[in-house]
Amino acid sequence: MKPRKHSIPQSSADPKVMVRMTINGEEVEREVSVRMLLSDFIRHEIGLTGTHVGCEHGICGACTVMIDGRSGRSCLTFAVQADGADIRTIESVAGEDGELHPIQQAFQECHALQCGYCTPGMIMNVLSHFEAEEDLDLTDTGIRELLSGNLCRCTGYANIVKAVRQAAELTGRT
Amino acid sequence: MKPSLFEYSAPSSVAEAIEALSGDPGAMILAGGQSLVPAMNLRLASPTRLVDLRNVSGLGETVIEDGIIRVGAMVRHRDIELNDAVHQANPLIREAMKYVAHVPIRNRGTVVGSLCHADAAAEMPLVLLVTGGSVTAEGPGGRRDIAAADFFQFHMTTTRAADELIVHANIPGLPKGAGYAFEEFSRRHGDYAIAAVAVIVQRGSDGTVDAASVGACGVGSKPVRLSAVEEAITGTKMSADDIKTAAQSSQDYVSAPDDMHATTAYRRHLLVNLVRRALSSAEQTPAS
Ligand SMILES: Cc1cc2nc3c(=O)[nH]c(=O)nc-3n(C[C@H](O)[C@H](O)[C@H](O)COP(=O)(O)OP(=O)(O)OC[C@H]3O[C@@H](n4cnc5c(N)ncnc54)[C@H](O)[C@@H]3O)c2cc1C
Ligand code: FES
Ligand code: FES
Repeated sequence: MKPRKHSIPQSSADPKVMVRMTINGEEVEREVSVRMLLSDFIRHEIGLTGTHVGCEHGICGACTVMIDGRSGRSCLTFAVQADGADIRTIESVAGEDGELHPIQQAFQECHALQCGYCTPGMIMNVLSHFEAEEDLDLTDTGIRELLSGNLCRCTGYANIVKAVRQAAELTGRT
Repeated sequence: MKPSLFEYSAPSSVAEAIEALSGDPGAMILAGGQSLVPAMNLRLASPTRLVDLRNVSGLGETVIEDGIIRVGAMVRHRDIELNDAVHQANPLIREAMKYVAHVPIRNRGTVVGSLCHADAAAEMPLVLLVTGGSVTAEGPGGRRDIAAADFFQFHMTTTRAADELIVHANIPGLPKGAGYAFEEFSRRHGDYAIAAVAVIVQRGSDGTVDAASVGACGVGSKPVRLSAVEEAITGTKMSADDIKTAAQSSQDYVSAPDDMHATTAYRRHLLVNLVRRALSSAEQTPAS
């Protein structure tokens, strides 16, 4: 039998678009598929793999980054929607010399991570609350509410709650 | 999973957006993407074109005029939640907003997007219904206002025509001194409601209820006004007994069949209790 011949299309039917944004203070520009998610843009185009992808439908929070100063799900945002935006990922949080941010330090000291898969999203979410001009509710209920959009399958949350409180003490945040 | 292929437009005016919609029957509007993108990632939605509103001028504003809060199509949940002027005009909104998803999702999702998505258990459609609000639609034929009671048809279905864009929502402020409450039950914080209740009561100087607006979501295929409860509580002084009797009359409004979250019988039980709680807490707000 003769093998059937498939013709290779001239080009992919996937529409492309040029996007420009700032990631962790650096300007980046790439031509990408319009359907590329911001999470994939950050991980596969830019090569920053600290932003994790768990569920890809908004439930787990592992992909949380800062978009123009506010936390957001990078899996529920197309890269093209972030055209012109200022993005911050977990890679921007520690100092250049590797010195941990107080929130990271508190997570480490309180054993607030085990496998660490959820941690970048947790930290970006907590950081956005710490940086916003809002009063923090540092009761257990308040902290749990603040963390409610981030799932952790390992720790059982108790140490994460502790870490947020300790981070607030370290940074003088109330 | 990843979304399937689509064309993309980012028009800069409402007119261009309507043109893009009219030109492609499979096109959908993209606002905050917090309902549409998950649906696309799961391939529950496969629009042929996305018409992104992010560059359309004039959709990001919230204006309070003649006691009506006009919320532009690109105003995020979180903007409304933190807006103090909105809170002064209608404190029910912030009360309800606490139950909408989580902060990172409220940072991106829009109020109008939530109304257009029209999930039967969503909070903002219920707020629009009990306040007697409306949405303003613009299509090739011009603008029209659609009252909340006419807008929501069924779970994820509204009377918006496919080539219409909702340019803003119109949420009335609360009457001065009105009592209000929002009560919700869900399995986890930030989940859609298994049932939720919103209440607005206006009372005379002696505490008698002159007018009441009571509604629920999560109990049927769209948000509903609980008119039997409104009638039962109007004219009373909201004693514990009055509230109990009125709450009891909400049972018949549950039309949702048994589902994985709750049975119909459980939802009835829940609704009666949420109405009772909401009326009691609205009763506490001092009438002036
Ligand atoms: C994990 C998670 C939990 C959530 N929990 C809740 C919850 O508890 N309660 C709740 O209410 N919501 C919840 N949401 C949904 C959230 O509130 C969305 O933000 C909202 O429903 C849609 O707003 P959007 O701007 O993101 O709209 P999009 O996702 O961009 O659009 C939603 C739909 O509306 C249409 N649309 C949007 N804007 C317009 C317009 N101007 N004119 C015409 N059509 C338009 C779109 O075409 C699409 O069909 C949750 C979402 C997630 C991911
Ligand atoms: S990967 Fe984005 S919320 Fe789970
Ligand atoms: S540490 Fe493993 S998921 Fe949170």
